[in-house]
Formats: sequence, C-alpha cells, structure tokens
Amino acid sequence: MSVSKSLGDLRELYQDVILDHNRHPRNRRRLTGAHNSAEGHNPLCGDNVTVYISTENDRVTDVAFEGQGCAISTASASLMTEAVKGKTLNEAEHIFREFQTMVTTTGELVERPELGDLEVLAGVREYPVRIKCATLPWHTMHAALKGGGEVSTE
Amino acid sequence: MLYTTNPPTTRADFPILSTEANGHPLIYLDNAATTQKPVAVLQALDRYWTTQNANVHRGVHHLSQVATRLYDEAREKARVLLNAKSTAEVIFTKGTTDGINLVAASLSLSEGDEILLSTMEHHSNIVPWQLAAGKVGAVVRPIPITDEGEIVWDAYVDLLKSGRVKVVGIVHVSNSLGTVNPIKEMARLAHEAGALILVDGAQAAPHTLIDVQDLDADFYTLSGHKLYGPTGIGVLYGKESLLNAMPPYQGGGDMIRVVTFERTTYADLPAKFEPGTPNIAGVIGLGAAVDYLSSLGGKPSGNLRNDLGAAFAEIERYEHALLGYATEKLSKIDGLTITGTAREKAGILAFTLRQAHPHDIGTILDQLGIAVRTGHHCCQPLMRRLGVPATARASFAFYNTFEEIDRLADGVESITEMFA
Repeated sequence: MSVSKSLGDLRELYQDVILDHNRHPRNRRRLTGAHNSAEGHNPLCGDNVTVYISTENDRVTDVAFEGQGCAISTASASLMTEAVKGKTLNEAEHIFREFQTMVTTTGELVERPELGDLEVLAGVREYPVRIKCATLPWHTMHAALKGGGEVSTE
Repeated sequence: MLYTTNPPTTRADFPILSTEANGHPLIYLDNAATTQKPVAVLQALDRYWTTQNANVHRGVHHLSQVATRLYDEAREKARVLLNAKSTAEVIFTKGTTDGINLVAASLSLSEGDEILLSTMEHHSNIVPWQLAAGKVGAVVRPIPITDEGEIVWDAYVDLLKSGRVKVVGIVHVSNSLGTVNPIKEMARLAHEAGALILVDGAQAAPHTLIDVQDLDADFYTLSGHKLYGPTGIGVLYGKESLLNAMPPYQGGGDMIRVVTFERTTYADLPAKFEPGTPNIAGVIGLGAAVDYLSSLGGKPSGNLRNDLGAAFAEIERYEHALLGYATEKLSKIDGLTITGTAREKAGILAFTLRQAHPHDIGTILDQLGIAVRTGHHCCQPLMRRLGVPATARASFAFYNTFEEIDRLADGVESITEMFA
C-alpha cells in the first residue's frame, strides 16, 4: 500500500475540519466569571483540558476551554464549544450522549443530523486508542455542567 | 555521511519483522517498550514445553531433573551476562519493576533516611521507594538533571553531603532520553557517602555489556523481555552480603529450610528470594536469549563472557550508527525538537514536533506501518521537568535498518506537511 493511500485513509480521521479546528481552535480562552469549570485529564497520553461554562435560565450562555492536547482532543473541544453554546441544558445533555454513542458504537454509522459538524469525529471509531482523546472535552464539559470537579479518562 | 556498517544479525532470525501493519511492512521502532524474539528463543520455549517441562528442584524423576538442569544453567548464563561473582547473587524476578520492589521492601530503612532518585527515573524506580519510605518516614529526594538530560553532578554531590542518604536509585540508560549515566562514578560517590546504589538496567542490558563488579553496583535489575527474551522474567543482582542481610520479600515454598508453626527458617541465596514455582519457561527463554546474543559477535570462542563481549561490541557499533543516522535525519525536519541530547546516548530517539502532538504523530506513523511509542513513557516527573506533556519515541535494536529510519523520517516529514 502506498504512502499516499495510507495517508488518504487517515483523512477519515484527520479531516480538513479537524485539522482546521486544531490549527484555529474556537473559544480557546479562559472564561473569567464562568459559573462553573471542570478539569479533564488523560494521563495515558498527556491530554489535559479545562472547560469553563456559564449558564442562565437553563441555557448555556458561554463556554470555553483551555488546555494542551492532541489534534483530536483540541478539535473535539473546539467543536464542542460551538455545538453547546446557546443550547438548553437538556439539549446539551442530549448532544453529549449522542456524541458518546457516535464515537464508541461499532457497525453501521447512523446519521445524526443534530450533531452537525461533530460528525467529522465519527472516524475516531476506527482508532479505539484515540476515542478517549475525542471524549475527554465532552466528559469535562459534562462535569462542568453538573457543578465542576475533575475528570480522568483512566 | 556514508555508513558502511552491516547489522550483526539477520532479520530472518526474527519472524515477526516480516509481518505487516496496516498494509505496510512492519517497521518496529518500539524496542524500548519490548523487543522481538529470535527463532532460537522461540524454539527453546517450544522445546521446553513439548519435551522438558516439569517442576524444578527436589524432583526425583527424569523430567524434573532435566528441567532443573536447564533452569540452573540459565542462572549461570545470567551470572555471566552480568559478570556477577556467584549465582547466589542472581535472583530471578518477574522483571525490573519486581526486582526494585523487592529491594525497596526488604532493605532496612528508618525514619529520616534519604533515598536519592534522579528526575529521569522510570516510575518503577520511583514508586517502590515512595511506598517503602512512606512506611517508615524516610524521604525521597530528586537528583536534578540538565535540559540535555544529564545528571547535574554538583547537585548530586551536594545531596550526598547530608550524611543521611541510604540509597541512590539511578537508571543506567534512560528509556525516555537514551542518556547513559555515569554509573561507576555515581557508585563511587554513593559509597563514599555511606549509601548503597541500585541501578535500573532494563534499557542498558540490550545495548551494552554489563559488568556489575566493575560498576560496583550494590543492586542491578534487568528485564528479560527487553533483552530479546520472554515477558514475565527478570534478574535482580545483589551483592551477596547485602542479600544475606535482607529478610525475605515474599514467603512460600522453595525459599524455606524448615517450616514449623512455631518457627520457619529460610533457604540460602538465591532461593531465599524465589518463592513458589518460578517462571521456568521464562528463565529458559532468557537463557536462550543470552545464548543468541552471544552468537552475534562472529566467531564463537566457547567462553560465554568473551562471546558476549564480542557480540555487544558489534551491537554497540551498529546501534550507534543507527542512532547517529536517525539523529542527523530527524534534526533536519522543520519543527522537530529532539528530547534527550546527552553526550553519551544509547539507541533511543525521542522528539516532539511543533506542528503536531505526539499522539497524532504516533497514529499517523502507525498508518504507515511504523511502530513508535508516544506519551510520558512512565516518566511523568521527567516530562514535567522538561515542560512537555509527552514525546514520540523511536527506539532501536540491532535488527533495525537504515532504510527503516528513512521511512521514519519520511513519515514525520509528511506529518509536518499535513499539520502545517
């Protein structure tokens, strides 16, 4: 198999959208005055992320993240902030669960239109070792919604 | 630069090197994690299980005597590999980690005793000491390192001045940096200060000929699976007087002399530290690995130590050439920083890329059939000291080739383009 074909296969995981979000992450900043924050850590590979979240009247008014990590976790965090901002807490919870399911279930890929751009991360299913990279920012966001704390993928 | 070196072995000796990964020929550059096994070792294991398997020691029947003979012969081979004075000083363990736990648990430590460990230590030479120190109120103190990954000598000297240092724990070859530490000099200073020195030789054993007497190490550990042998087996060397003074680590059969409910007496060395049925196959596999290594020097002389010396001379020559070539090629890649630039290094090349995280590097290289390791390499204090969360690490063995390094460099280059 040629190098370009293998790297072509990788396009399934490292799609342009992901590379773009890795290069220019959205909402990567400290959210001063955030109502809640949580820290997430993947000790196995050194990814770490802090998610800040502000809510008002049952709606996410602002969400941001900071941290160091691989392209998958950075892109996932960036896409997460775009997906969750402005949603109700129930909607955010729903998206979280749908995303989890998408990246962990094997078999036929089900279309999940409510995930929108997040579908680009579906490719991570083929790379089981990297699933935790994709889900770390989400678990951390979820913990922040529930009141804060620390999350570890181990 | 022209490298006219030939590898000291045939890749055909290692069947797994002919397999594929993700549709590409496997390029196995993760030897610091574990090494591949030559046919000679696989055959020895097969021979043991099919024709020589029995429990060792105290057996009256034929098979048990065969197994015992092979087992004892393997211990003698391990003694020769390390140049220990006597087989009483050669304890079979589950591996390096097990050996270090044994020493940390059995050494007599008291409140206020200090244990010096370098910042580049693997967790296996940190955590057992923390556990032991915690029980008695002893203290672990880190020996600082330079940005290049060498011991800060003045700091080491200073730390020893406290007069309370009981043990120095030091890695011979760093699995994360490739640094070769000056063990002999460190041992001399440790002894002058009244301290013992335990050397983690897991990464050193495959790359260089060990001489525990020359180093004057009090304890030296190695792992079979890093030395072209099976997993689940290792060797702990300890000076006889020290091992004799230490109480048993774990109890059971074989490590005893007389057992009564009132009082039990213990066996002599090395049995005292080998309870239960040992990993007999592992021991025999390790012995076969030592035999295989001794054949790489060219003309076998019949003297194992001499043959190992000749073999390691070849191994070192070739691996240094590989490391030099890899360092030269990778250094040219824009955005690449090599982690670990000590003046003396063994065949380990760790690096980071400005453009991509090690995890991404590893995944993409994997798609090209290239196996490297990414992460903190069980050296979290080191990573913290260097200010990196993780590195990508290529680690060489004498069956790797210059062409494989070319593929590695090409792969890394394409990553920088992809993430530009």
